[in-house]
Amino acid sequence: MGRKGCLGSYLGAGDMSLLDYFRSSKTSSASLAKERLQILVAYERSSVNQPPYLPQLQQEILLVIQKYVNVNCDAMTIKLEQSDNQETLELNIVLPDFRRV
Amino acid sequence: MARIIVVTSGKGGVGKTTTSAAISMGLAKKGHKTVVIDFDVGLRNLDLIMGCERRVVYDIINVINGEASINQALIKDKNCNLLSILPASQTRNKDALTQEGVGKILEELSKDFKYIVCDSPAGIEQGAHLAMYFADDAFIVTNPEVSSVRDSDRILGLLSSKSQRAEKNDEPIKEYLILTRYAPERVKSGEMLSLDDVQDILSLDLLGVIPESKSVLTASNSGNPVILDEKSDAGQAYSDIVARYLGETRPHRFIDGKKGLFRKLFGGG
Ligand SMILES: Nc1ncnc2c1ncn2[C@@H]1O[C@H](COP(=O)(O)OP(=O)(O)OP(=O)(O)O)[C@@H](O)[C@H]1O
Ligand SMILES: [Mg+2]
Repeated sequence: MGRKGCLGSYLGAGDMSLLDYFRSSKTSSASLAKERLQILVAYERSSVNQPPYLPQLQQEILLVIQKYVNVNCDAMTIKLEQSDNQETLELNIVLPDFRRV
Repeated sequence: MARIIVVTSGKGGVGKTTTSAAISMGLAKKGHKTVVIDFDVGLRNLDLIMGCERRVVYDIINVINGEASINQALIKDKNCNLLSILPASQTRNKDALTQEGVGKILEELSKDFKYIVCDSPAGIEQGAHLAMYFADDAFIVTNPEVSSVRDSDRILGLLSSKSQRAEKNDEPIKEYLILTRYAPERVKSGEMLSLDDVQDILSLDLLGVIPESKSVLTASNSGNPVILDEKSDAGQAYSDIVARYLGETRPHRFIDGKKGLFRKLFGGG
């Protein structure tokens, strides 16, 4: 179970906003290149440097949760974020409404 | 003990072989016994750039397979007797290059040479992996261009995870940037990524900037590493790089473009 999604879904943005349009009208092609690179490289670093245990960890956490709640694997995302001095493990689970189950 | 340098980039055609030829010649000219190894099995080119293509008899795969001794395969450079070349094989399949085989060759060469320069093939397959695996220092050859910078970043990730030093938890490979094919005029007009732009992303120790230069083609046409063309800008830039690597301090050149005659005469700039 690798990391899903592309850079676009990671950014959660469309191609270009109106703001981007006005901003880029005065930027040179080199600075546009730099902006694109910065975003791309940050994304690739975060996915390449993922620890190898992450998929296994996700699988096991899911099994534990499934003992109590009826969720499937699509309802869960796991992300490890690294900043200068801390690492955060972000776990996102969409739970079904328990009153209806 | 030898120091093993890998010249690598990920992306193809950015100037790895040009750089390997120049710096190995530069190190030898400075009095250090140096060997340069072509890891581009199937697409050897270093022999042409060094101008020794007619003297290739055995290659690295012959040595790995025990068909030739390392001394039979090494070619002495025509310009400098402290420099030797170990060519890649032209015909064999790439899987012939094994980690064990490469390890043995490097160990044997380490007894005899001060610097071992490994010219990596493009990509991240076996050849590129083995060229970097045993390295002490990595020269990351990058062009001021988006795909090249991205691939360099990718290679940095591999250096810090898939090398012998990483696996043994030794001190990490020392990484240096060589920015090549740099055109200051195009940087000024905002057409090309600047050195600062590239460094904002890669933040490496800068060995030097090599300008886009006609002398590189002239040098390869004649089979002499461009560093031997002492009048050329690229040759001088490579000499600076060798000197800096050996610990000399030299101001960086070729970043701001040529000074025009007017500015030379009347100062300023
Ligand atoms: N500073 C420069 N100025 C102008 N041309 C250059 C410069 N550096 C390299 N070149 C040219 O770029 C081309 C590729 O160079 P080179 O063979 O050294 O790249 P490479 O990274 O080894 O390629 P490959 O990935 O195929 O092994 C050659 O035609 C060479 O002459
Ligand atoms: Mg090459």
